[in-house]
Amino acid sequence: MSYIQGETGDWEIVIGLEVHAQVISNAKLFSGAATAFGAEPNSQVSFVDAAFPGMLPVINEHCIEQAVRTGLGLKAQINLHSVFDRKNYFYADLPQGYQISQYLQPIVGKGEIVLDLPDGSSRTVGVTRLHLEQDAGKSLHDQHPAKTYIDLNRSGVALMEIVSEPDMRSAEEAGAYVRKLRSILRYLGTCDGNMEEGSMRCDVNVSVRKPGEPFGTRCEIKNVNSIRFVMQAIEYEARRQIEIIEEGGKIDQETRLWDTTKFVTRSMRSKEEAHDYRYFPDPDLLPLELEPEWVEDIKKTLPELPDDKKARFISEYKLSPYDANVLVSEKARADFYEAVAKGRDPKLAANWVTGELFGYLNKAGKEIEESPVSAENLGGLIDLIADNTISGRIAKEVFEAMFETGEKAADIVEKKGLRQVTDTGAIEASIDAVLAANADKVAEFRSGKDKLFGFFVGQVMKATQGKANPALVNEILTTKLKG
Amino acid sequence: MAELTHLTMAGALDGLAKKEFTAVELAEAHVKAVETIRPLNAFITETPDKALEMAKASDARRAKGEAGPMEGLPIAVKDLFCTKGVLTTAASHILDGFKPEYESTVTSNLWRDGAVMLGKVNLDEFAMGSANITSHHGNVISPWSPGEVGNWSRQLVPGGSSGGSAAAVAARAALGATGTDTGGSIRQPAAFTGIVGIKPTYGRCSRWGVVAFASSLDQAGPMTRTVEDAAIMLRSMCGFDPKDSTSVDMPVPDFRAALTGDIRGLRVGIPKEYRVEGMPAEIAAIWDQGIEWLKAAGAEPVEISLPHTKYALATYYIVAPAEASSNLARYDGVRFGLRVEGGSLKDLYENTRGAGFGKEVRRRILIGTYVLSAGYYDAYYNKARQVRTRIKWDFDEAFQRCDVILTPTAPSTAFAIGEKMDDPIQMYLNDVFTVPASLAGLPGMSVPAGIGSDGLPLGLQLLGRPFDEETVLRVGQVIEKAAAVTATPPFMA
Amino acid sequence: MSLDKATVAKIAHLARIKVPEEELDHLAGELSQILTFVEQLNEVDTGNVPPMTSVAAQKLRRRKDEVTDGGYRDAVLSNGPETAEGFYVVPKVVE
Repeated sequence: MSYIQGETGDWEIVIGLEVHAQVISNAKLFSGAATAFGAEPNSQVSFVDAAFPGMLPVINEHCIEQAVRTGLGLKAQINLHSVFDRKNYFYADLPQGYQISQYLQPIVGKGEIVLDLPDGSSRTVGVTRLHLEQDAGKSLHDQHPAKTYIDLNRSGVALMEIVSEPDMRSAEEAGAYVRKLRSILRYLGTCDGNMEEGSMRCDVNVSVRKPGEPFGTRCEIKNVNSIRFVMQAIEYEARRQIEIIEEGGKIDQETRLWDTTKFVTRSMRSKEEAHDYRYFPDPDLLPLELEPEWVEDIKKTLPELPDDKKARFISEYKLSPYDANVLVSEKARADFYEAVAKGRDPKLAANWVTGELFGYLNKAGKEIEESPVSAENLGGLIDLIADNTISGRIAKEVFEAMFETGEKAADIVEKKGLRQVTDTGAIEASIDAVLAANADKVAEFRSGKDKLFGFFVGQVMKATQGKANPALVNEILTTKLKG
Repeated sequence: MAELTHLTMAGALDGLAKKEFTAVELAEAHVKAVETIRPLNAFITETPDKALEMAKASDARRAKGEAGPMEGLPIAVKDLFCTKGVLTTAASHILDGFKPEYESTVTSNLWRDGAVMLGKVNLDEFAMGSANITSHHGNVISPWSPGEVGNWSRQLVPGGSSGGSAAAVAARAALGATGTDTGGSIRQPAAFTGIVGIKPTYGRCSRWGVVAFASSLDQAGPMTRTVEDAAIMLRSMCGFDPKDSTSVDMPVPDFRAALTGDIRGLRVGIPKEYRVEGMPAEIAAIWDQGIEWLKAAGAEPVEISLPHTKYALATYYIVAPAEASSNLARYDGVRFGLRVEGGSLKDLYENTRGAGFGKEVRRRILIGTYVLSAGYYDAYYNKARQVRTRIKWDFDEAFQRCDVILTPTAPSTAFAIGEKMDDPIQMYLNDVFTVPASLAGLPGMSVPAGIGSDGLPLGLQLLGRPFDEETVLRVGQVIEKAAAVTATPPFMA
Repeated sequence: MSLDKATVAKIAHLARIKVPEEELDHLAGELSQILTFVEQLNEVDTGNVPPMTSVAAQKLRRRKDEVTDGGYRDAVLSNGPETAEGFYVVPKVVE
C-alpha cells in the first residue's frame, strides 16, 4: 500500500476509472456515416447524427460484436438481454438532446483486469460493467472570440464505457490499469487506444480516506486524455482533497477538469448544475437479445490475450516476469519477439529484443511496427552469434549498422569484414606475438599475478580487431601461459 | 369539372384507366379545390406547381403502361411528414422555415405508387391535441360548421390531431390524406368529419421521416372517404423499412382484396367497459345499431371485458408526454428551425424553446420531464409501462374470444372551438375510446356510421388483432354499406 | 400530487423552456391537475407485471457495418440558423 503523508498522518487514495473507448468500426453505432478520424468538419454526419426531425436509429451489428468481444476479453459476464436507454441533457455537441446509452441493463457485466506493476507483481482490479453508447460531437472554443463551433463528425460514433470498481490505490496503479486495458483492447482489435486522437478517454474518480475508514466523497476528473495526465491529475487531486480535509474543510462531490497547462484540476463550470438525466428505455429501439451461440462463436475467435501470453512466455521461453511483461504489453512486440525467438535461444532473443532493439527504437522515437530491423534480420544476427560467425561484442556493432541501414546482419559482417576468427592457427600466432612482446608480463603472471590474464586477452583482441573468437582466445591463452 | 373532386380513389383510378380524364385534369381540379377551401385553414403549405408537375409525370407513366396502384391520385400530406424541399412545420413555430433535405418513407412510398401531392395540411402542434386548436398556423375549421362560410354560426373543430387532413378530405379538396395516430389522431377526426381513418398495427408504416411525438405509439395511416379508398392508400403507405428499427418485416397484403363483404360467423367483441358513465344516448344508440348491422350480416356479437380500459388515458398521459419530452429535445435552435438568441447557449435554448413551443406542447413536455425525473420515474413512468402491459394483456385475452372489436370512436360529435379548452383533462377525454388500442399497438379504424341529432357525423371504431387490418377493413366496409351515410358537409369544394 | 411554483420552474429549466414568471402559478395548477388525474394508476395491481418495452413483438434488427450515409455537409448545414466554415455556431460555451 502506498500512502500519502499528510499533516495528520497517512492517507489512502481511492481511485475508480471510467474509460471511454471508441469502437473500431467503419460506420457509426446507429447511423451509416463514416467514423474516420480527422475528416473535414461535419462531412461525416448523417441526418440521424445531426438529430433531424423524424430520424431514427438502427444499430450496427459489428459494434455489438466488438462490445461482446471486449467483454469476453475482460473475462466478463455477457448479458444476453440488454437495453438501450436515453440519457437526457442539453449540450451544444449533443444534437438529440439525449445520448443513447445503456443504464440499468448493460451488454457486459462484471469482469476483471490484472495489473502488471513495475515491480513485477500483479494485482486484480474489478470491472463493474461495460456498455455501448453514442459519442457526442466536438465543440471548438478557439475558432472565434465569442462563439463555439460545433463539428458533429464524432456524433454517434460507438463508444464502450468501461467502468472499474474503486479498486485502485495509487496513481501508478491507475496508470497500469489504463495501460493494461489499452493493451487488451488493442489485442482484441476493438479500440485503437489512441489517446491523442481521443479514441480513448478517462474519467477519473478520486477520493481520499484514512486507512481503514469508509470511502470519502469523490470528485470526478473528466476527459483526461493521456496516461501521464491521469497519474498527474490523481496526484494533484488527492493532495488537494487532503489539504482541504486537514484544514477542516469538506469535499464537494463535483466534476473537475485537468488543466494541461497549469497542471491543476479545476471545477467545471458547465457541469455545476445538478444533473437529472431522466433515463428511460429508448422507444425507437427494442431490447437487444443475443444468441448464446453467437457469443460462443465470437469467443472462438478471441486471440491469445496479454495475461495468457505472458504466462506462456514465462513457461515456454523461461523468461522473467519482467521481460514477459515488457514483451506482451503490445501485441506487435510479442509477435516480433516470437518471430525472433522461433528456433533460437529464447533468452538470447528476449535480451536482444528488450535490450538493443527497444533501446534503439526508444531513442529514435519509433514504434515496433516502424523498426528498421525486421524480426527476420534480428534473428539472422542472433544466428551469426550462435554459429560463432561473430562475437556478442561485434554483434552490437553490427546491430547499430542494421538499425541505420536496414541491411541484413550477414551482409554487414561481410562488407565490414567482421567475421570472427576461429582459425586456431591464426589465433595462436597472434597470442604468440603478444606473449613474445610482453615477456615481462608473462613472467609476472607466472609468478602468481593472475589478474594479468585480462590484459593478455585485451591485447590479443586488439591485435585481431576484436574478431577473434573470445572462447578460443581464452582456451589457447590459458594453455600457453601455463606453458 | 367540379365532380372530379367528388370521386372516390377507386372511382378516380377507374376514370384515369378509362382515359375519361387525365391526372393533370384531376390535379387541376383539386388544386382549385384547395384554394376554395382556404377559409377552413386546412393547408399550411399548398404545392400546386408540384401537384401539376407530379400529375404530368403520372400521365406519362400511365401512357407507358407503368401505372402504380395510386397512379395520379391527388392527396394531402399531414405536415408532420418530412417532404424534401417542401416546408415541414409540425404546425410549430419552432420549425419555422424548415425544409427537409429528405423525404419520409411513407410519402416516398406514396409517390412511388403514383400519388400526387397537393400540399401539407394543418394539425395540432406536434400532433398534440384532439381538436386542431394548438397549431401555430391557426385553427382548422370543420367543413361541417353550420352557417355561412367564413361567417359560421358555430366554428366546429375537425378533431385532431390530423384535423387538416380530415377537413381537406371531407371538404373534397383531396381524395385522401396521410394522418398519424398516437392516441386517436386519425380515428377521432375521421369520426368528427364523417370520413374513414385507419391506424394500422404499430410497425406497419415506417416512422422514418415523420416528426416524432411519442415513438412507441406513433403510427401513420390513411384518411379517405371510403373504406375501399383506405384499403388502397394503406397498402401504398405500409411496408418494411430497414431505417426504422420498429418497422415490421412482413408482407403487405392487398387490403382491397380483403373487402369481400362476407363476415358470416365472425365474432365481434363488444367491450362492456366502453359503456362509460355519462355516454350520450345517441353514441350508445349508434353503437347498438352497429351491432345490429353486423348481426344482420351474419356476425356474432360477444360481450368481452377489457378491465383496464379506464386506466388507458392516465397511462397514455404519462407515456406519451414522457417520450415527447425527450423527442422534442432536438428542437434547440442550433441546426434547424427557429432560433431566439440569448447571451449564453443556455439562454438561447430557453428562449428558443420558450418562444417556439405552444402551450399544449409546453404542458406535455413539462409533464413528461417531471414523470421521468429522479425520484418519480418508478411511481409514474414505470407504473404506466406496467399498466400498459396489462392493457395489452386485456386485448390478448379478449381476442381469444372474438375476431374484431366494435366500439364508438369518440364520446361525442364535433364540438365548437372554444369549448373544452380551459380544462386539459376534458380535452383528453376525447381520446378515451381510441387510446387503449394505441397503447396495445393494435389496428383501429373509424367508419362513418350515422348523423347525430346535431346534424354531425358519428363514427364507429373497429379494432383488430395485430396485423389483421384485413378483418378490420372488411367489417368496416360492412358497416359503411349498412349505414349508407349520404349527408355531406355544408361546405365542400 | 400538487406541484408548487418552484418545482415547475425547476422542471422548466430542466426542459430548457423559458416560462414567464407570471405563468408559473397557472401552469402549476394545470400540471397538478394532470398529475392527480394520472395518479389513478396507483389503483392498479402491477406487482409482477413486466413494464412494456415495445408493442412490436420482434427482435432488434441489426445493420451491417457499412458506410451508407453522411458525406453531405451542405445538406446537413442548409437549415442551420448560424453556420460558419462548415460548422454550426452557438454562443461561446465555457467549460
